[in-house]
Amino acid sequence: MSAPTAPPTLVPKLEDGTGEELEHAATRADSRRGALLALPGFAYLFLFFALPLGIVFVYSFATRSSTGRTILGQWSVDSYTRLIDPFVLQIAWRSFALAAAATALCLLVGYPFAYYIATRSPRVRGLLLVMVMIPFWSNFLVRTYAWRVILGSDGPVSRLTELVGIGQTRLMFTSTAVMIGLVYGYLPFMILPLYASIERLDFSLVEAGRDLYASGWEAFRRITWPLSRAGVIAGSILVFIPSFGAYVTPEILGGSRTTMLGSFIVRQFLAARDWPFGSSLSFVVMIAMLVAALVYFRVGGKTL
Amino acid sequence: MSLREGAQPGGTTRWALSANAWLVFGFFYLPIVLLVALSFNDNRMVGVWGGASLRWYREMLGNASVIASLQNSLVVAGISTVLSTVLGTATAIALERFRFRGRAAFDGLVYLPVIIPDVTMAVMMLLFFARAFAMVYEATGTTLHLGITTITLSHIAFNISFVAIVVRARLAGLDPALEEAAADLYADRRKTFRHVTLPLIMPGILGGALLALTLSLDDVVITSFVAGPGSTTLPVYVFGLVRRGVTPLINAVSTVMLAASMLLVLFSLLVQRRSQ
Repeated sequence: MSAPTAPPTLVPKLEDGTGEELEHAATRADSRRGALLALPGFAYLFLFFALPLGIVFVYSFATRSSTGRTILGQWSVDSYTRLIDPFVLQIAWRSFALAAAATALCLLVGYPFAYYIATRSPRVRGLLLVMVMIPFWSNFLVRTYAWRVILGSDGPVSRLTELVGIGQTRLMFTSTAVMIGLVYGYLPFMILPLYASIERLDFSLVEAGRDLYASGWEAFRRITWPLSRAGVIAGSILVFIPSFGAYVTPEILGGSRTTMLGSFIVRQFLAARDWPFGSSLSFVVMIAMLVAALVYFRVGGKTL
Repeated sequence: MSLREGAQPGGTTRWALSANAWLVFGFFYLPIVLLVALSFNDNRMVGVWGGASLRWYREMLGNASVIASLQNSLVVAGISTVLSTVLGTATAIALERFRFRGRAAFDGLVYLPVIIPDVTMAVMMLLFFARAFAMVYEATGTTLHLGITTITLSHIAFNISFVAIVVRARLAGLDPALEEAAADLYADRRKTFRHVTLPLIMPGILGGALLALTLSLDDVVITSFVAGPGSTTLPVYVFGLVRRGVTPLINAVSTVMLAASMLLVLFSLLVQRRSQ
């Protein structure tokens, strides 16, 4: 909307330059104050976050001596070429597959659940949300441990199947156990953004669709689902990111045959003492997550 | 006023939706309830009920490692919460209310610790302290060790971002008219902040602090990388026990940790309700 002729200015013209100068000085002082306020946090994050990140990057090009010492100065890209080793790729693929399966399962269960909550009366909605938040806020390690108790060989699941006569179930240390743990740990991450997008959906559109003889399924497929897609994408990324890099869950519920990238990275530091390789691995995993996070912000996700 | 009529499906679908909801709530709560119940089991075998008792709670209180790591946890969580709340709040205000050089870069840096995987952050902190300690040794000849200090420094590093994001969301949601009104009434920037902005963002600051406290009390991965011998926190100690197997003692410790986090949630809900 550009006017062809300049409209008469509404701001009274200043007689001299002092007003403008004063304003400039004020902005400069303000900018200084802002920088001063930001400085402590910035300095802290620079020293204890940005610098460590840089160190990991540098170490990923270092070499490892036969005794496990990291040698700086003899730079190589070995740690990166080793990433395409079939063994590493297998672990990466397993992490991806488990994280993707956990995400799909969360979506399958979480969508109808979020829909159910979002269509209650405001009072009930608030109460049900709090009931989702309580396990979400309780200690992650403890919640994962609970599943070790449940799935263990003398746990309730195994006892029940024994009683029925199928015999003991051996779920512990399998990828099924890891997946249950991931879904249990991260399902709220799926529910909350889904709830947010379904809750603000204009349901009169669905009604209009139904009035035009759309079946319930048709109305869902062509109206509700597309309108809540932002929540679906946001929730999926929020579940996928921590599942892909999971360490605690596979460590407690999984076994040697369900090693995921997180445990593999930790092993490079605590057992194998191969810091350059561990560094390149963690750097690459981080880049993958950053890309996912960028997509998340792109679709306008704001729920944390 | 009809309640979201278009949203209510009929018959079977409606039934399936509520069945799914109850199943999910069962999935959420049954493991927790079971864990709490088993912590009162007198039997050493976790799966066999041997009557109710407080035996494992007594054993927990008599376990020096549990008590020592609990103390470490409280010290780390306390210090890191206070410092990260101050730093995070200042960061949020600077980013939301001021324009200054380097703002865009700082804005990106603040989000990174939230996105980065735990394992990468743990690796970063370990390499950083190893490098820093080596430099200190070369320069002064003193040997520094990993311990409570390195744990606390690392926790502050990830907590600043969480606090900053929560407080910033609150600041962004404020009606600018309130601050403008204060300025119209001749309040300078400092007075406006103290008497108008700060009270209004207080729930955000408290929420951020509670989040920081929870994250600090929860963290296993980063802490286990930067903890020294004899300086673990409670979750790291429990993690070590859990990897060796299931014991009734862990059930008791877990129940206490669950109770503590539930109290924190209740407290934060009360704070939120009061501020509304």
